Amino acid sequence: MSELNANHISMTFDEPNGNRVEALQDVSFNLKQGELLAILGPSGCGKSTLLNIIAGFLAPTSGAVLNGNTKLTHSGPDRGMVFQQGALFEWMSVAENIAFGPKMAGVASEKIRHTVDDLLETVGLQDFGDKAIYELSGGMQQRVALARCLANNPDIILMDEPLGALDALTREKMQSLVLKLWKETGKTIILITHSVEEALFLGERLFVMAPRPGRIKQEYYLPFAEEGLTKDPRDVKTSAEFIAKREEVLSMIWGMEEEIMGNNQAVGL
Amino acid sequence: MNMSLIKSFKHYSGLSKSGINNQKTSTFGDTEAIGKGRFWSIVSVITLAIVWHFGSTLGYINPIFWPAPSTVWQQFISISQDGYRGFTLWEHIWASLYRILIGFSLGCLVGIPLGFAMGLSEKVRGWFDPIVEFFRPIPPLAFIPLVIIWSGIGERSKILLIFFAALWIMVIAARAGVSSIKLNKIHAAHSLGANKRQILQHVILPNSLPEIFTGMRVAMGVCWGTVVAAELVAANSGVGYMIMVASKFLATDIVVLGVIIVGLIGYSIDIIMRKIEAKLVPWKGKS
Repeated sequence: MSELNANHISMTFDEPNGNRVEALQDVSFNLKQGELLAILGPSGCGKSTLLNIIAGFLAPTSGAVLNGNTKLTHSGPDRGMVFQQGALFEWMSVAENIAFGPKMAGVASEKIRHTVDDLLETVGLQDFGDKAIYELSGGMQQRVALARCLANNPDIILMDEPLGALDALTREKMQSLVLKLWKETGKTIILITHSVEEALFLGERLFVMAPRPGRIKQEYYLPFAEEGLTKDPRDVKTSAEFIAKREEVLSMIWGMEEEIMGNNQAVGL
Repeated sequence: MNMSLIKSFKHYSGLSKSGINNQKTSTFGDTEAIGKGRFWSIVSVITLAIVWHFGSTLGYINPIFWPAPSTVWQQFISISQDGYRGFTLWEHIWASLYRILIGFSLGCLVGIPLGFAMGLSEKVRGWFDPIVEFFRPIPPLAFIPLVIIWSGIGERSKILLIFFAALWIMVIAARAGVSSIKLNKIHAAHSLGANKRQILQHVILPNSLPEIFTGMRVAMGVCWGTVVAAELVAANSGVGYMIMVASKFLATDIVVLGVIIVGLIGYSIDIIMRKIEAKLVPWKGKS
């Protein structure tokens, strides 16, 4: 059981025109093993920066991220990453993509084959192992991306708008798949999204972030992810509580937009 | 030919457009809808052959300027049987081909790793950028006098020129291949636990193959131009040499034969490379 700790993370950088941008200001949180955290916020609120710091692709200006007692300074196989799109390897088949992590770690090929077969079934792509990536639809490609990440058995899965490029129907199906994988594997998941509905439905915890400087504006603990595991997603999303929360969060984000742009312009939209 | 005749010919020859492309109504500017135009390629070649044949037999074309197809064909038969200037026709062709293959391979062997290094390391890029950018626009033929002084008119001088012709193109292609990678892919590989060597081998290298193939096709074309020109100046075998000697005797039939051979072989090489490309890089343009 390990816990993810973000301790007073701040991130400032200088733009080429000399402006100093405060992308993150004193962000702190704890994430228990097996929690599903959704991060929501308008563009420029630093949510991608935060994810990249946790992934180890960026070093914060101050503060630190700890996995258990280990300070995280570089990317590593303990934190798997699922991107919006374009991160699969087109020169490999579906099965080879999923096998990438274990193969690089030198796992025996017999064992890799088992892992890949299991995961293909988990994500519903049993008969697609030999297919090329460009032969798959966008939704199927994201299933491969999820399976590839799981094959490495990371402690934490980081998702950077993984469903952002999908059509509405595929997106709903994939949300259910994410919930199913979360329950079955017990992994800690951090998911970034632009969609208020998706954040509320998937996030057991939810951070709403505000821009300039990027910070956590509001934190929620939500029941909808648990409900989504047993109930029909449509019923959850149309329940009175869900709709009430959605309006609350939406008006909060609208408030931020108006703060940035000034009332006149916001109304002018 | 009326349109329905063309249509039925296209259909039965298997050269017609297929599927939905045949039913699109706005095709102007839609590159998929316009098809490959194979049918019109065949028409074009046949038309040129007919114009050439009748232009010559009816006396519109002076054979000193441009010989008749039958004369060229007879030259082809006689040279392929008796040879020309001490070498058979195949030896001449092979001489040119050999120079290209060796020079081109050396160019790839040096150029691709150098391009990779320039794409991956700031220091290497900084060191070599002025050198590459300086030599790249200079036509390799400008080096002919120097190359002859250095290594005479033997094989080495031609191979050196072709090496120069291929080198810069391959450096730039490989460098472009490295920088074409999406950061997402590199990050994904890192977070899947791959080390630098593994990322280079399994991610950066295969990802750059489309650019490298494009570079190779461009380089191949330039190499042909260079070898023929080099043989025109200094050689004792090769297709370019054949053309040069024939021109001194006003033997335009041999000159034209040489030109046709160069064109056909260049075209064939490009077709072969496109086939290899389709086999090795099937994802090109599809992601």
